[in-house]
Amino acid sequence: MKFEYAPAPESRDIARLKASYGIFVDGEFRAGAGEAVKTINPANEEPLAEVAEAAPSDVDDAVRAARRAFSSWAGLPGRERAKYLYRIARAIQERSRELAVLESLDNGKPIRESRDVDVPLAAAHFFYYAGWADKLEYAGFGPDPRPVGVAGQVIPWNFPLLMAAWKIAPALACGNTVVLKPAETTPLTALTLAEIIAEADLPPGVVNILAGGPSIGEAIVQHDGLDKIAFTGSTEVGKIIQKTAIGKRVSLELGGKAANIIFEDAPLDQAIEGIVNGIFFNQGHVCCAGSRLLVQESVADEVIAALQRRLTTLRLGDPLDKNTDIGAINSAAQLARIRELTASGVEEGAHAWSPPCDIPERGYWFAPTVFTHVSQANRIAREEIFGPVLSVLTFRTPAEAVEKANNTPYGLSAGIWTEKGSRILWFAQQLRAGVVWANTFNRFDPGAPFGGYKESGFGREGGRHGLEAYLDV
Amino acid sequence: MTRSDGALRRFLFGLPGVDQVGAEARAAGLFTRSIKTTAKAWAIDTAIRMVDLTTLEGADTPGKVRSLCAKAMRPDPGDATAPPVAAVCIYSDLVATAVDALRGSSVAVASVATAFPSGRASLATKLSDVRDAVDSGASEVDMVIDRGAFLAGRYLSVFEEIVATKDACGPAHLKVILETGELVTLDNARRASWLALLAGADFIKTSTGKITPAATPPVALTMLEAVRDFEAATGDARGVKLAGGIRSSKDAVRYLVMVNEVAGERWLDPALFRFGASSLLNDLLLQRHKLATGAYDGADYVTVD
Repeated sequence: MKFEYAPAPESRDIARLKASYGIFVDGEFRAGAGEAVKTINPANEEPLAEVAEAAPSDVDDAVRAARRAFSSWAGLPGRERAKYLYRIARAIQERSRELAVLESLDNGKPIRESRDVDVPLAAAHFFYYAGWADKLEYAGFGPDPRPVGVAGQVIPWNFPLLMAAWKIAPALACGNTVVLKPAETTPLTALTLAEIIAEADLPPGVVNILAGGPSIGEAIVQHDGLDKIAFTGSTEVGKIIQKTAIGKRVSLELGGKAANIIFEDAPLDQAIEGIVNGIFFNQGHVCCAGSRLLVQESVADEVIAALQRRLTTLRLGDPLDKNTDIGAINSAAQLARIRELTASGVEEGAHAWSPPCDIPERGYWFAPTVFTHVSQANRIAREEIFGPVLSVLTFRTPAEAVEKANNTPYGLSAGIWTEKGSRILWFAQQLRAGVVWANTFNRFDPGAPFGGYKESGFGREGGRHGLEAYLDV
Repeated sequence: MTRSDGALRRFLFGLPGVDQVGAEARAAGLFTRSIKTTAKAWAIDTAIRMVDLTTLEGADTPGKVRSLCAKAMRPDPGDATAPPVAAVCIYSDLVATAVDALRGSSVAVASVATAFPSGRASLATKLSDVRDAVDSGASEVDMVIDRGAFLAGRYLSVFEEIVATKDACGPAHLKVILETGELVTLDNARRASWLALLAGADFIKTSTGKITPAATPPVALTMLEAVRDFEAATGDARGVKLAGGIRSSKDAVRYLVMVNEVAGERWLDPALFRFGASSLLNDLLLQRHKLATGAYDGADYVTVD
């Protein structure tokens, strides 16, 4: 190769890793009463830090603290709550490099993404909802909308800091208090956010953050002292929550199997970027990933050839290298699931293709994979893989594209690529998906509502709509 | 396809559209690549070898051109390892001076022609300008297209003018300046690129340098895609020259990343990629010193022209 990019690693010291982390309850950091577990770097399987996880008794403490804090927090004028949110937003910006490196270490995602997407968007969410805090009466939910109360929030490992921001910012803006549990494999940025919250002088108990595994998630979901459960994660767990979170409001943001639909009149070079961004962004660990490519038969060969050419330029490796495009798979369990599903694709007769790339010896890695000759009936076309694996299907007419796109139990997102504006509008009405992107994909903004249809969940996050989940309406 | 305005129009409008937002995002993404140490050293030397060192001013004199030629052959008087540039680029009346000054070196003489920069003259005048340059010894000719005709949809007229210029060039290489700042949209940049490639351009070039914006990242992206796709369709690899507004090593290295990842490494060659620039060379030399010595030199440690 003529132009060999030299390693350009971001320094790991920037993350200011501590030897041990605890939980954040009632404004205090303390060791959880549960197990002390090691959180590891998925890129090399080395331990990063020890986390003293919460026990059910800590959940009780956190819920009690949140309840005590609720009435005075809800009673503050909106503009006072906004001040805290602005303060948190600014602190995220100030510590953005630290948070980005920490996120890449703990999660495995490339620094390019944590630096340019996760952390700036997390700050933007706090800024955005800070703006709503004193304007709730104009949000369209009545003249004096009241908060729901104390919210239990359980978030996934794919965007640890960003999901914490999506959950905490609207809840606080509306006057709720929260008990949040980050995912077991990625607690570090949420616990650093707890530091930021403490430094922002947020009254004790308004935000409580508990590291822990599924049993703590269950303890939160079933806790009598909570008024609301907000969950982002798998559809499987979402269904259990819906059954067990009795007497509480629930909002769920679950899995997806989104169609990314390329018409023959699409801006093809940009569509190729959209396909890449749709499925290989964050190693495909994205609930709204464009994991099913629906391409019009007349341009299918051209699109697949261009996609393959493009994928040979993707760089897989050290997440802290600024030139890395594809980082590590988050956990051994997730890697096993991706392997199992791709094996089923090969077994069922689909053709797998991956660009040549060197897979590091240690850590959890999976090469970007494109399946062609996929049938709608194959598991890889129906089940969420949550990895860098794309299934390519073709269609001939717009009606067929709609039918195939909607033929899934999920309905979180979809993408459409065409230069014909009228077709975009028609399509957006036909698709049963919460988010429809036109000539772009995986684009997020705090002002745009996000959420699903069918088994992808209900309730919206982001935008004015995102307030509804945290107001008593 | 090349029989009438209508036939050309149908072909050019059959090319996939360019989504402006997506193209800008892709170009910005490529520009975030971090090129350090050995990669940077390689890129800086490669960029120097790709420079068309340019002076296109009314005040140009034979003395100025001779001085430019000396710098083109030996950019860094204190360091013989700094490679020479690809060419000098000047007005046609100064070609003979440059040919004389560069005799025996690897540096080519490129001349702008065809009523540069506006292109507003009769075809006969433009062609005589080209012959003048070639007869004086220019081995590369940088022509401008008739942007007025392109915007009015008279594609055949633009096409035929390029064909006639190519013919007048004889063995000289033809670079076709699209002046994308006047064509405005990326769709137009893509169509003009294909029109020029079909008409026989050896290179497509962004701008004259006299109009702002000149070479922008999304325009460069669109033109690199055009030569890539043209090569895929015909097997014939044509070049791209970015001109105007590229002044820093950082930008030059970023564009090399774009060339590498969009067109492919085959284009990382002065035969297929050039920077039209005047002040860029000095910044490349300063960065080259910095890599070698670890310290930045002041502006007085490189020559003004």
